[in-house]
Formats: sequence, C-alpha cells, structure tokens
Amino acid sequence: MIEVNLRKRLRDFTLEVDATFAPGVTVVAGPSGAGKTTLLRAIAGLTVPDAGRIVLDGTVLDGGASHVPAFRREIAYVFQEYALFGHLDVAANVGYGLAARGVPHPRRAALVRSWLERLGIAALARARPAGLSGGERQRVALARALAWSPRAVLLDEPFSALDDATRETVREQVRATLAGLDVPVLLVTHDEEDVALFAAPVLRIERGIGLAAARRKENGAVHHDSVQTAP
Amino acid sequence: MIRIAVGAASALLLLFIAVPLAALYAHLPPGRFLAALATPGALSALRISALTTACSLALTLVLGTPLAYVLARVRFPGRAIADALVDLPIVVPPAVAGLALLFVFGRYGVLGPLLGAVHLRVAFTTTAVVLAQLFVGAPFYIRAARAGFLTVDRTVEDASATLGMGPLRTFARITVPLALPALAGGAVLAWARGLGEFGATIMVAGNLPGVTQTLPLAVYLGLEDGDVELASALALVLVTVALAVVVFARLLERRAA
Repeated sequence: MIEVNLRKRLRDFTLEVDATFAPGVTVVAGPSGAGKTTLLRAIAGLTVPDAGRIVLDGTVLDGGASHVPAFRREIAYVFQEYALFGHLDVAANVGYGLAARGVPHPRRAALVRSWLERLGIAALARARPAGLSGGERQRVALARALAWSPRAVLLDEPFSALDDATRETVREQVRATLAGLDVPVLLVTHDEEDVALFAAPVLRIERGIGLAAARRKENGAVHHDSVQTAP
Repeated sequence: MIRIAVGAASALLLLFIAVPLAALYAHLPPGRFLAALATPGALSALRISALTTACSLALTLVLGTPLAYVLARVRFPGRAIADALVDLPIVVPPAVAGLALLFVFGRYGVLGPLLGAVHLRVAFTTTAVVLAQLFVGAPFYIRAARAGFLTVDRTVEDASATLGMGPLRTFARITVPLALPALAGGAVLAWARGLGEFGATIMVAGNLPGVTQTLPLAVYLGLEDGDVELASALALVLVTVALAVVVFARLLERRAA
C-alpha cells in the first residue's frame, strides 16, 4: 500500500495528489504534461516533494525532514524509453537489481533465466540492448524491474515508444504479467485504450490535480482505492 | 588555378610536419638507436619519465574524475569560473606555469613556510616534476571526462538507483563504463602532455640527472653537451609515443562513433 499526499511546484502549475494505492494495478491517466511522471518520480525518490508525505507499507519515505533515497526504496521503475544499460547484455540488465542486493551468482542466474523465459526473451540473454526491437526492450525493462521482487512497481507510459502492431501484443503480455503481482503497481498513461484494457482503478491527473476517485470490484464489494483532493 | 594553390598549400604544410619527424627516424640507424638508449643517462631519463608520468596520471585520474563529474552534473555558483580555470593551463605558457608553481612550492613560496616546518622540500625534487606534469596535463583529461559524462543519460543513472545501487556503485558500474572511451582518450592525452612537459618542469624542478631530468630535459641537455646521438635517440622515443597516442585516440573516436 502506498499513501501519497504531496505537493510539488512545477513550472506552470503545482502538482497536488492525495491518494492511496492498494496492491494491484492502478492506472494513472491524464494528458501529457499533467504531472504524472513527476508523481512517479516522487514515489520512486528521484524527485523530492515540496511538501507532504509518501508512505510505503507503513514506512515513511518522504515526510517532514526525512527523504529515503531512491536506491533504498525497493520501488521498481520502468522508464518511458526503458533506460537499459547499453554496456551490459540482457541477462546482466535483468540481474542488475539482484546484483545490487548481493544475491549470489547461481541463484541470480536462475532467477534471471526464469524471468527471461517467462517473458519469452530467453534467446536474447547474451544480446546487447542496442540490437533489440522496441518490444524486446520493453520486455527486458519489465524483467529488470520485476526480477528482484520490488515492494512496488511504477511504469511510465510503457507502450508509448512502441509501434501500433507491437503495442497490442506487448500490452496484453504486460497486463498478464502485472496481474500476477500482489504489490502496488502504478501505470502512467495518456492513452485511453490503456485505461480501458487494464480495467483497473484509475487516478486522473489534470494540470497537476488528482481528479477522479477510483473504484475496483473485489469479491463483489466496491472499494474506494484512490481518493483525490482538488483544493 | 585555385585548386592547384589549395593543393600546394596543403601539401607544403603536411610536408613541413612530416619531413622533420621522418628526419628524426632517418638520423639514427636502429643499432645506434639501441646503443644510445642503453647508456646510463638515457636509462635514467626513461626511468624518471616513466615514474613521474605514472604518478601524475594517477593524481589526474583520482582528482580529475570527481571534478569532471561535478562540472558535468552539478549546477553551483561559480561553475563557469571553475570551467574556465580548468582550461587555463592549456593556454598559459609552460614556463609561466613553472614560475607560478615555484611561487607556491618554492622555499620562499606561499606554502614555503608550511613545507619548511615539516622539513618537506618540493621545488627541485622529483615531486616538483610530478606537480608540473599534473598542472599542464590534467586539463586535457578533465575536459574529455566532462564531455564524456555529459553523454551519459541521467535516466540510466536513475534506473540504476531505483534498482538499488547507491551513488558510488552507480558511478562505478554505469557512468564510468559508459563514458570510458572519453575517459581513456583524455587520460592518454593528459599523460602524453605530461610526458612532453619541458618548460614548467625546468622552472620548478630544474634539470638534475637522476632526480628531475625527464626525457624532454635529457633531449635538451644532450644537444647542449654535444651528445646528438643521445638527444635524437630519446627524441625518437618521444615521437614514437606521440604517434601511438594519435593512433590510439583515432581508434577510440572510431569506436565511439
């Protein structure tokens, strides 16, 4: 569970979000330039909010004087252009988070292999990112984000860098993969097709302000997972 | 007509560079070259140059890398001044640099009393040779490293952080490998500049055989003493190293492109 109550001054407006993200996927939707990426970066610890709190499973990540740096947050981030490590092969990219945690080699290699197989890119283990297609890069980025069992997952416009044909297949694969996670997953998109396909709670952000409450049916009950304020 | 003039001008200048260098090689047959290199004076100069340039290169890397990274990544007041300061030693005449260093590290220099208090002599020692090389060479590395760090996408460093690598490990595993061609090219240039250092060295370190007499100083002294053979043998070593540096830099450029 991620609790966010933050304020961050951007160039043209102030981003204000007050929301709670339960385990499972929440789609963060809104036009480009609305502040969606800033929200993700703040949760990841890559940007410091001007005011407010970010709490992950009861641990205060931001709030008051405290700011837990990104590398101690255990929150995975799939970047819009993937940000793969060009000097490392696919296996080393996917194993990077495990290496950061000192997971010993045999176990790391086994985990990497299982993730590559799961996403259908096992044949690319020794390839460099520069030689991959857009869809393949997307899968490597996803495997790299999930292989070390993060406590939350953030995806910034994961399909915007793909061509239309690739987007359909990749979107379905990403949806299926994310559906199996029991940690909060925030998927940022400006594409209404993503909103429809994921059929998940939606937090809308426009000009910096979280707008619509999100609902999700779970065991027949309706939950208000994400709540907004518009001061 | 213009074509011929342009061609002639270009050929003339190329010959002007190539012929003297070729003459160096032609001057000394391989047998006499090796014999001249085996003399105690030549070996001592080779040893001093190898030792001092290794030290100045190490200092350049250890001190220059953080500075280059800060200049590439951090906005701070006075950054433009720091940037310009780094370029200054490239333009300042080496003899002036040597005099300036003497005013700091000499017996009556700014740090003179301090160094004297701990019985440390810097001027006219091997240490002074290293300082002179550091002063004139480091800018070449810092400039190249700064440009190299600028080519590394910050998002990739962010990705490393979100995956759990702290700033130092991210720097070592991501930033440095990605900037490596630029770092290596800059290091080689800085080292070569230090190896050829003459003016600043002779001002602040003097020309003491076995202590401060590097290859360029030995070339100069060889000619003064009438030992042309020694001078040209050591000159050949320096030219060959320069040739290797130019080829190496080209290879790096091609790999980066």
